[in-house]
Amino acid sequence: MFRAKILLPLLVALTFFMPLASIASESPAIDTGTTAWMLTSTALVLLMIPGLAMFYGGLVRTKNIMGTMMHSFVAMGIMTVLWVTFGYAMSFGSNVFGGWFGWNPDYFLLRGIDESILEAGVPEYVFAMFQGKFAIITPAIIAGAFAERVRFKGYCLFIALWGILVYNPLCHWVWAEDGFLFNMGAAGAIDFAGGTVVHISAGVSGLVAVLMIGARKGFPKTALSPNNLVMTMIGAGLLWVGWFGFNAGSSIGSGLATAQALTVTQTAAAAGALMWMLIEGWHQGKATGLGFASGILAGLVAITPAAGVVQPGGAMILGISASTVCYLMIGLKNRLGYDDTLDAFGIHGVGGIVGALALVFFIRDSWMAEAAASAGGSWTILDQLYVQAAAVGISALYAAVVTAVIILIVNKTVGLRATNDEEMRGLDHSFHGERGYGNLNIG
Amino acid sequence: MKLITAIIREELLEQVREALIAAKIERITIARVSGHGAQKTEVYYRGEKVIPNLIPKVRLDIAVNEDFLETTIDTILESAGGENPQIGAGKIFVTNLEDCIRIRTKERGEEAI
Repeated sequence: MFRAKILLPLLVALTFFMPLASIASESPAIDTGTTAWMLTSTALVLLMIPGLAMFYGGLVRTKNIMGTMMHSFVAMGIMTVLWVTFGYAMSFGSNVFGGWFGWNPDYFLLRGIDESILEAGVPEYVFAMFQGKFAIITPAIIAGAFAERVRFKGYCLFIALWGILVYNPLCHWVWAEDGFLFNMGAAGAIDFAGGTVVHISAGVSGLVAVLMIGARKGFPKTALSPNNLVMTMIGAGLLWVGWFGFNAGSSIGSGLATAQALTVTQTAAAAGALMWMLIEGWHQGKATGLGFASGILAGLVAITPAAGVVQPGGAMILGISASTVCYLMIGLKNRLGYDDTLDAFGIHGVGGIVGALALVFFIRDSWMAEAAASAGGSWTILDQLYVQAAAVGISALYAAVVTAVIILIVNKTVGLRATNDEEMRGLDHSFHGERGYGNLNIG
Repeated sequence: MKLITAIIREELLEQVREALIAAKIERITIARVSGHGAQKTEVYYRGEKVIPNLIPKVRLDIAVNEDFLETTIDTILESAGGENPQIGAGKIFVTNLEDCIRIRTKERGEEAI
């Protein structure tokens, strides 16, 4: 069903070349039930961004809380404007430059979709806005990797360039009908709701960014403690809630596939959270709230690519595997000494890779049968694993290389890394002239 | 024994703390406070220039033996003032300290500091 995500805009694009009168008579009728759910999903995915702001904001030191929350919030501004202007055209237009990204002049400023209704019975505006939320959250996730040490101006330029040069092409490759990963193998690389496009690309880009701009001052010797874990817990909760829009909404429908995605999302998150708690209990003797929240995220990230093809049993194993591998990875990070501050790579990158690869072992039979039919006979788990590995490898490599170039450019122009003084005074004082909590003082 | 109470700009806390640690003064207590001083720096609030009423500051409490008094004061002066200190950089108060008791060992006086 993941294919459903993209069939629609192209069909609509075709109708644009017809006279207006014929559109009115031939375009599908609005399905109010499906439209209502897609509107809800769109709102739910947007809810994840303040959720992410709270999750990240609570984890940094007091002096950086406003700066860190602004990293998520400003993405809502920048990425929305870019998406409406030409991001949707780049992602869901037809192949240009050999399929590097898409383009459709009708989608510029969304002018051509004012009255279009997709085959699923949903106004195309809803689909475009739903997809736009994914373009917002992806660069905002990267901010967790280099938290507490980047300049605001540099960050803004970085996410704008990253959205244009990394997100839009990847989104096109994986989700547009003529994207090359969408068509790889018998039935395409499986990425239901953004395991490669969102989580692997953001995680890997975060890792590259961290390796290029270096660690925070004082890392890893000094404890750089969270300022408000209560807020982090609420943020993790909001992310879980919002994820139903993210995954179940990605069916671009309101039916069986939606229910399947919703069920495995809940299952994987719960299994991931419990697994993290068990590992911590065994390893450290105490179950931390932050660990539980991390397990929720690891499970959710891992089920994201798989939500359309696995069943609850598989979802549980994906959640458990993701938590285990992410926990080990974070331990490894501390040994290797790179400062992925809020584990954007450790959870989103690694969890995404686990989900995108391990899902092949749990694909429901009907999907495999369809794939075999379209491959003309047989299609094995290993065949699909090869396709998944190729999709993961290509996305990771592309995101890594382009991110490196963008960071070089941003560092040479406005500067991404904060100076020593700016970092010591904190992002809030240095770049925003505000404080998150000082206002609680008398006066 | 003296008790040094220093009121400094909140954003300079890290700088002062690191300088103190470098000078081997590692036992400090810190609090967020607000107060009035001579500072009239204008700040922006919702686009309007306003003079803050009570200004948030950070207070450091450091108990020292006589030998460490001048080092501590110099370190704070240097790190919280810098080369060109502005109004609002804060103050250092020094008071006599009658006694000091370490709870764990019940040691008293200079030993306990």
